[in-house]
Amino acid sequence: MSAYAKPVEILIDELGRLPGIGPKSAQRIAFHLLKVDRVDAQRLADAITVMKDTVSFCDRCFNIAEGANCEICIDPKRDDSVICVVEEPKDIAAIEKTGAFRGRYHVLQGAINMLEGIGPEQLKIKELALRIAAEDISEVILCTNPNIEGETTAAFIATKILAPFQINVTRLASGLPVGGDLEYADELTLGRALEGRQAVR
Amino acid sequence: MALYRDDGVVLRTYRLGEADRIVVFYTRSHGKVRAVAKGVRRTKSKFGARLEPASIVHLQLYEGRNLDIVTQAESVGPLPQLRTDLDRFGRASVLLEVIDQIGTEGEPDPMLFKLLTGALTELDRAGNPMVVPAFVARVLVLEGVQPLLEACVHCGTEVDLVAIDLSEGGVLCREHRRGEPISNGARAVFEHLFEGRVRQVLEATSEPVASEVEQMASRMIEQHIERRLKSSTVLHQHLAT
Repeated sequence: MSAYAKPVEILIDELGRLPGIGPKSAQRIAFHLLKVDRVDAQRLADAITVMKDTVSFCDRCFNIAEGANCEICIDPKRDDSVICVVEEPKDIAAIEKTGAFRGRYHVLQGAINMLEGIGPEQLKIKELALRIAAEDISEVILCTNPNIEGETTAAFIATKILAPFQINVTRLASGLPVGGDLEYADELTLGRALEGRQAVR
Repeated sequence: MALYRDDGVVLRTYRLGEADRIVVFYTRSHGKVRAVAKGVRRTKSKFGARLEPASIVHLQLYEGRNLDIVTQAESVGPLPQLRTDLDRFGRASVLLEVIDQIGTEGEPDPMLFKLLTGALTELDRAGNPMVVPAFVARVLVLEGVQPLLEACVHCGTEVDLVAIDLSEGGVLCREHRRGEPISNGARAVFEHLFEGRVRQVLEATSEPVASEVEQMASRMIEQHIERRLKSSTVLHQHLAT
């Protein structure tokens, strides 16, 4: 026997499936929705259904897209010769915020993580190779996360996939965060910061 | 004992909340330990690259009610090659997954710890594919469940041993064959491994015996832990391409 009316129970159950939302939070959100105006609740419901109906993955770069291609792939002003390879669509947002990159992207939709059973075949790596063969590309920037999964993925793409193509393959630099403290830097990061040191101008 | 120190290997990590991770360690003196590393996903984290899978670290932990908290971590032996070679990291993942399955919280096994750090260091140094079978053989011996290889488990004959049935616990002769085929080369390698002649196997095993041994080692340990190893499935899929 449940304490609430059936529809409320169903809503709590559905909300509880969302990431980071436990049963208590689900209950709190459900009761909030019960109290708000119908229009507000409807707007939320519409936002969800419209998103599910119209947004999918871009055919070319696998970013999220409204329609067959994403906005970055459609934009004629971007540089066609450089591809930035990222793990997730949200990484594109992070790079776009810097304003320092004007090329195109390729989303792998994850990183190689054998402990989770994710190998190269589960990612959009084959599609990347096809793109490079078909498009006129001079540089690929590997922007996977600087953690062990991202690094092995980048190393795999660089050595096994991109080696046959006559293109520049680069990797994001790693080093010390601005505003950090040298004594707390780990050996690996500090070692790489030394390797990638730059002349003071 | 609120704070304690130990050496540990990072077996795996799970994301927790905004920027934290739950890190599962296999430690020398406390067995498997699950601890929270706060803020480790931020770019300015003081832990940096130290708490990633396969890292060997010297730890200071704060004992919590349910999960402990990592307060300090220092690299003991950095393993740089593992990070840039998918084959090596794939094999390291198999070692980590095996230890994650057989290790228990609060039950230290210094032998197993030494075996794991030794195997990871060797993989990082040379990337020898025989490290995984050598490790698996040692684990099976420590657990006391290595399969019989010298004589048919059915009739006891020592000649014409052509198959191995892991659920029967050993090899079988041509007449009683069941399970899967095993070559004489692979059987010899496993005999060396179970008797501790690891160096010889690392130096002298070549294809095609090496891949047969590597795949069979995975199945032996899967039989023991009674489940599939995710990392081994993906690794062999990857090595096959």
